Amino acid sequence: MLKLNINKKNYELNIDPDTPLLWVLRDVIGLVGTKYGCGVAQCGACVVHLNGEAVRSCVTKVSRAAGQQVVTIEGLSVNNDHPLQKAWLELDVSQCGYCQAGQIMSAAVLLNENKNPTDKDINNAMEGNICRCGTYLRIHQAIHLAAEIQRKGSK
Amino acid sequence: MEQSKSTQSRRSFLKSSLLAGGGLMISFAWLPGVGLADTSKDVDPAEQWNELNGYIKISSDNIIRIFNPNPEFGQNVMTSLPMIIAEELEADWEKIVVEMGPHDNIKLGPQFTGGSNSVRMYWKPLREAGAAARHMLIQAAAQTWNVPMEEVTTKAGMLYHAKSGKSGTYGSFASKASGIPIPQGIKLKDVKNLNVVRNSKKNVEGSKIVSGKPLFGLDYKQEGMLIAMIQHPPAFGMKLQSFDASQALQMPGIKDVFTLELYEDGFEQGGFDTRTFNDLLVIVGNTTWKVMNARKKLIVQWEAAGDTKDTMGGRGAKREVIVPGELESTSTQFEKMQEYAKKPAQQLRKDGDPETAFKNAAQIIERTYNAPFLAHNCMEPMNFFAHVTDEKALLAGPLQAPGWTEPTLSKILKLPADKIEIQMTRMGGGFGRRAYGHYLSEAALISKKVKAPIKLIYTREDDMTYGIYRPMYTATYRAALDANKNLIAFHVKGGGIPEHAIHANRFPAGAVDNYLAEGWQIPSNITIGAFRAPRSNFNAAAEQSFLDELAEIMGKDPIDFRLELLKRAKENPVGKNNEYDPDRYAGILKLVKQKSGWGKPENKNRNRGVAAYFCHNSYAAHVVDMVMKNGHPFVESVYSAIDCGIVINPDAATNMVEGAVIDGIGNTLFGRLSHKDGVPEQNNFHSYRMIRHSEAPNKIEVHFVQNDIDPTGLGEPPFPPVFGAVANALYKTTNRRYYNQPFFEQALQSTNKPKIRRSIQ
Repeated sequence: MLKLNINKKNYELNIDPDTPLLWVLRDVIGLVGTKYGCGVAQCGACVVHLNGEAVRSCVTKVSRAAGQQVVTIEGLSVNNDHPLQKAWLELDVSQCGYCQAGQIMSAAVLLNENKNPTDKDINNAMEGNICRCGTYLRIHQAIHLAAEIQRKGSK
Repeated sequence: MEQSKSTQSRRSFLKSSLLAGGGLMISFAWLPGVGLADTSKDVDPAEQWNELNGYIKISSDNIIRIFNPNPEFGQNVMTSLPMIIAEELEADWEKIVVEMGPHDNIKLGPQFTGGSNSVRMYWKPLREAGAAARHMLIQAAAQTWNVPMEEVTTKAGMLYHAKSGKSGTYGSFASKASGIPIPQGIKLKDVKNLNVVRNSKKNVEGSKIVSGKPLFGLDYKQEGMLIAMIQHPPAFGMKLQSFDASQALQMPGIKDVFTLELYEDGFEQGGFDTRTFNDLLVIVGNTTWKVMNARKKLIVQWEAAGDTKDTMGGRGAKREVIVPGELESTSTQFEKMQEYAKKPAQQLRKDGDPETAFKNAAQIIERTYNAPFLAHNCMEPMNFFAHVTDEKALLAGPLQAPGWTEPTLSKILKLPADKIEIQMTRMGGGFGRRAYGHYLSEAALISKKVKAPIKLIYTREDDMTYGIYRPMYTATYRAALDANKNLIAFHVKGGGIPEHAIHANRFPAGAVDNYLAEGWQIPSNITIGAFRAPRSNFNAAAEQSFLDELAEIMGKDPIDFRLELLKRAKENPVGKNNEYDPDRYAGILKLVKQKSGWGKPENKNRNRGVAAYFCHNSYAAHVVDMVMKNGHPFVESVYSAIDCGIVINPDAATNMVEGAVIDGIGNTLFGRLSHKDGVPEQNNFHSYRMIRHSEAPNKIEVHFVQNDIDPTGLGEPPFPPVFGAVANALYKTTNRRYYNQPFFEQALQSTNKPKIRRSIQ
């Protein structure tokens, strides 16, 4: 029996410990906001937080998450009001939208560690997240805006 | 009330969307702060909602539901099409609920996403639908109040009669209005008075996207659903010989392994029935991961398929087509193209006497351009849900062309069309790939065989190696100049595997006295199809590079040179059937010239490339500024000028152009799908390079030509000219011309020292 804590909720699962966290989230728990894009840690669509770190859930065995804190896009905020979510909506970043959960989860770790990231910081943190629609420019703008919202909020 | 097809009465539609509630909530509560219908309540939808037409339902408590007819794949039709309805309906945009409509070509039109056509083809019908519904509401109020219709006015979902001081919501008259026959020919608003359209509205699904709500096909779920995967042959030109599933079947969670034939022998394929592999080896189990793992345990023998025969129906007469069985490699494909390029080709257009003009030329410039197959790489891989029984079929997932796929399903499932329901989920990208519904047909047959709801999932590797790719193209351009360096003749001869890209009646046809366009093609077993204007994106790379080089040789500014040709095409056009409007074409060039400060002293030191192109009824031009950044070519900023007629949703349209620019830079620099003995050499993002964050420009400035032309489409047009503008900027950056896509690696090998002008942060 594997004990998981996902978005502050406890789960006990009888599951192959080698199963990637991605498929446990999507197929077993039913949290489908975390996306499958490549399965080999190349596209970032599956990024979730493991104890506050960004991990690619498609290559993270569920056993590694046992007893740890997992946060998915569904748990990033209670009312869809994380600064990044606000900024994403304000700048209407999404096109098809499929990669955006992964983009936001990667950006959230960046903003946690760096309250005022430069474009270079953003590139470094986000390089692993592909967007085929080409919303990179707006993602950059949204991360800057979210940083601003975050700074104002914490004053 | 118009009759819809039997499966889609309004009661059954709403019911079916409620049924999906466990997995996919397409509807309702996107709008914060509005108390919208709660799907958990067991209400009788027929009593709750009054249908004014297929697009509009209004509840008695004045909630207006607008059904978006067309599949959404990121082009934002889920917002822009309802905006058009709301405009003429005079509804309050803030109080509208937008939902994806059911598949119903009778009530909701063609429902085809592709060819930059969504807004273009729906502009008039949706305005008419909105205006008709408003008229019905006015009529209902006028009857109730016993006043003349002309005296009833509307504003933001309300009806008013000024003289008597009476007013009421749309909702309070919706029931009565729904009984009024739908009027025809209602006068539409003057486009000068548009106030919903032309004002930016936020993506109606934005909140759902950023909070991870189930929106996509891959997120769709139903009770008891199984997961299916197909083990495709490893190479184009191969087929299944035999298999041993004993190990796979022993793996946990695996239900079945079997083979299926997709199309029966002699099945008449329509234009969107393209498929590569017909004999399918299917594995079904209860979770994605278990099926993925067990699939690896299949022991399969493959064999060369040899030449095969397809029966094509659709447009034109029924005909047999031989698909060659060769296991193709990129190097041999390339050699074959060079060989074919020397042979006589099909003449596509001829004006004047190009042969004599070339004979008499003082100078002939000839350049050949090549481009590889491109994979779509939609971020959401192909997938579809199917639940097929002997009586009916329910399918749900990402699809651009339900109307094209339904007749195919009807044939292969042997079910009448009214027993087939297709639900369209949001698509994680499309770019033309999801116009080809083979994966949906596969899902349907699998469900029928296992007698259970299933979801067919392509892994990324399946998706990339089983493509309906952008074809491999080549074209040789020739220009004849007289002694004064005037352009006297133009010749393009294009070829491709398995089709060429030439649009014979496009610019510069019409602008040159002596003109010849020819095309040839090499049959292949590699499947190809739509790819964000596949032919145009190649042409715009080749032709626009060639014109750039020509302008330089002629000693002319590249924009002025194009404007001169367009002036000629307008004032004294050569030949017939010129597809483009020279004024609109010139308009975008003038706009991009102005906005980029082209030719201004302060921009003299920039490595600038320009290109313009017309496709799918709209016009786009870009100026690209490039630098070398750490030894790599980097597009620093882009200025774009677009003429797509009336822009429905300006901010979303701007986003789409920005995306097209970034997607274009990526494909120009990196895009390539190559083959070795029929095997695609790239199968995931480690080997197929996609543009990433640090490679996107720092700035993209988008400008739309302001005019009152009915919308002419935007999905594809901004994409093709990016290729040419990047090629031309690369020349300025490295002092070398590039003829073979993708350019990135060649640019690295450039013998010129990188010129780093400014540090990039």
